[in-house]
Amino acid sequence: MFQKSGSAVFGLALVAVLGAAAMLAPLLAPHDPDAIDTARRLARPLTAGHPLGTDEFGRDLLSRLLYGARTSLVVGLAATALAAAAGSLCGLLAGFVGRWVDQVVMRSIDTLMAFPYFLLAIAIIATLGPGLVNGMVAVAIVNIPFYGRIVRATVLAVKQTEYVEAARALGVSELRLSLTHVLRNCLAPLIVAVTLNVGGMITALAGLSFLGLGVQPPTSDWGSMLSSSRQYMNVAPHVAALPGLAIFLAVLGFNLLGDGLRDALDPRLR
Amino acid sequence: MAAVGGHGLQGYVVRRILLALPVLVGVSLLVFAVMRLAPGDPAAIMLGAQATREDVERLRRDLGLDRPVAVQYLQWMGRVLQGDLGRSIPLGREVLPEVLLRFKATAVLTAGALGIAVALGLTAGILSATRQYSWLDKLSMAVAVTGVSLPVFWTGIMLILVFALSLRWFPSAGMISPYGGGVTDLLWHLVLPAVTLGTASAAAVARLTRSSVLEIIRQDYVRAARAKGLAERAVIARHVLKNAFNPILTVIGVQVGYLLGGAILTETVFSWPGLGSMMVRAIQARDYPLVQGGVLLIATTFVVVNLIVDLLYAVFDPRIRYE
Repeated sequence: MFQKSGSAVFGLALVAVLGAAAMLAPLLAPHDPDAIDTARRLARPLTAGHPLGTDEFGRDLLSRLLYGARTSLVVGLAATALAAAAGSLCGLLAGFVGRWVDQVVMRSIDTLMAFPYFLLAIAIIATLGPGLVNGMVAVAIVNIPFYGRIVRATVLAVKQTEYVEAARALGVSELRLSLTHVLRNCLAPLIVAVTLNVGGMITALAGLSFLGLGVQPPTSDWGSMLSSSRQYMNVAPHVAALPGLAIFLAVLGFNLLGDGLRDALDPRLR
Repeated sequence: MAAVGGHGLQGYVVRRILLALPVLVGVSLLVFAVMRLAPGDPAAIMLGAQATREDVERLRRDLGLDRPVAVQYLQWMGRVLQGDLGRSIPLGREVLPEVLLRFKATAVLTAGALGIAVALGLTAGILSATRQYSWLDKLSMAVAVTGVSLPVFWTGIMLILVFALSLRWFPSAGMISPYGGGVTDLLWHLVLPAVTLGTASAAAVARLTRSSVLEIIRQDYVRAARAKGLAERAVIARHVLKNAFNPILTVIGVQVGYLLGGAILTETVFSWPGLGSMMVRAIQARDYPLVQGGVLLIATTFVVVNLIVDLLYAVFDPRIRYE
């Protein structure tokens, strides 16, 4: 199913290429990403020594994009992992323990979902203060309901199955039951959810950096590169176009991959 | 319409409004926490570096910061319910009139984007589903997956580059011309921001419309409608769309939340004088009353929009009223 889908394979290829570029950034980057060269400010692409040109401080754009991939992808993946872990725990507790725990968790999730997605991240940043880690935490918290609801629904369905009843009758402890049988069944929907969610996470984190609330200079990250380029877009449009293109390709890659995985692993979600 | 005003619907409306109340209380608790959990003394932050110790102490007393947290929350809530959202120290103005003024601009932008998202998304979704696997279906779904992957702030910058700076068809910033202008002027300024914000939502609406319509189109009663010789157009309009409408309505409700959040980025790109761009500045200036006011207003709007969406379900699907 997955191999048959051309778009899913294309997505996988995009993610693989960007991942490799991020990992090999120190080998691939022609320059130090933070090296300033004021004599070569806003050089156009295909300038000698700077294949993609330079930014407003004369820093090499290709090098900054490669190192930016590290920040953007690592932070996006870390935020997704954090949200998936916290959300799964909430969903597991709510679905397995039930009763008042379910009520408390679900009402808290309802409250989080009452906020428009990006607004809640902004509100949390207002409390924690701008910064890379705080941005990551903020975006992760916003996505807890997404995972919590998926895991809770799966737990409720699995709890009713005969093999769980059989395991319980055999005297398997509730904790072991939830960790082995129930959580294992949540894996397929979770993998699909994570892949579909990474793109949104990368966009949200780039958005925070774009507003000056996420990654702080001089660290290179796609969102903050885009933000600082805006003042020069009249004279050097490529400085604004390239970081955005990188974000777009990464998000497109994860979205296509997620669509393909969903069709292959969990046709019910289609 | 007789059924709409019936007893079942009234009961449903009351139940649904009662269910929204705890969510609103949760929202207010979270918004309250934004100010209380921030590092540092809120009074000192609000007054800035030049404030004397006495000034800070006086403001602490005025704000009730020397009382227990529960009492502070109830007092704050009491003031909010009376329309008192506090005062912005950096602006030297009351928060409520300021956020209401800005909210109008955000509402105009969000409404414009929603109009684009619904019009484009529904058309593309219905066309795709009724011609499944045709080149039109493949093209519109490829455009849709591209659309959902586009970051709004980048789309905005690219649209400015092409349609404002190069072609000069539309203005690159602001909501009205410096020397004023009417509705036409506002619409002219609205085009680029609304397209920017609405593109991703249009793609999401298109994808969901397609899958909802496809699910209904395979049902037996649709085959029966076709078998009795009904024209395809009538089958789609009368039997398919009517039943595919509730999931589509849900995604439109969700998109309002996405648009209200995305407006923060779009407003910053286009210097649109809305709540979003105001809040970004307020966060940087640590102007907590203004941040709280903005967050509270947008979140409340979203809760109300979702309430309306839920009430519309019952209007379109009478079964829901009796659940």
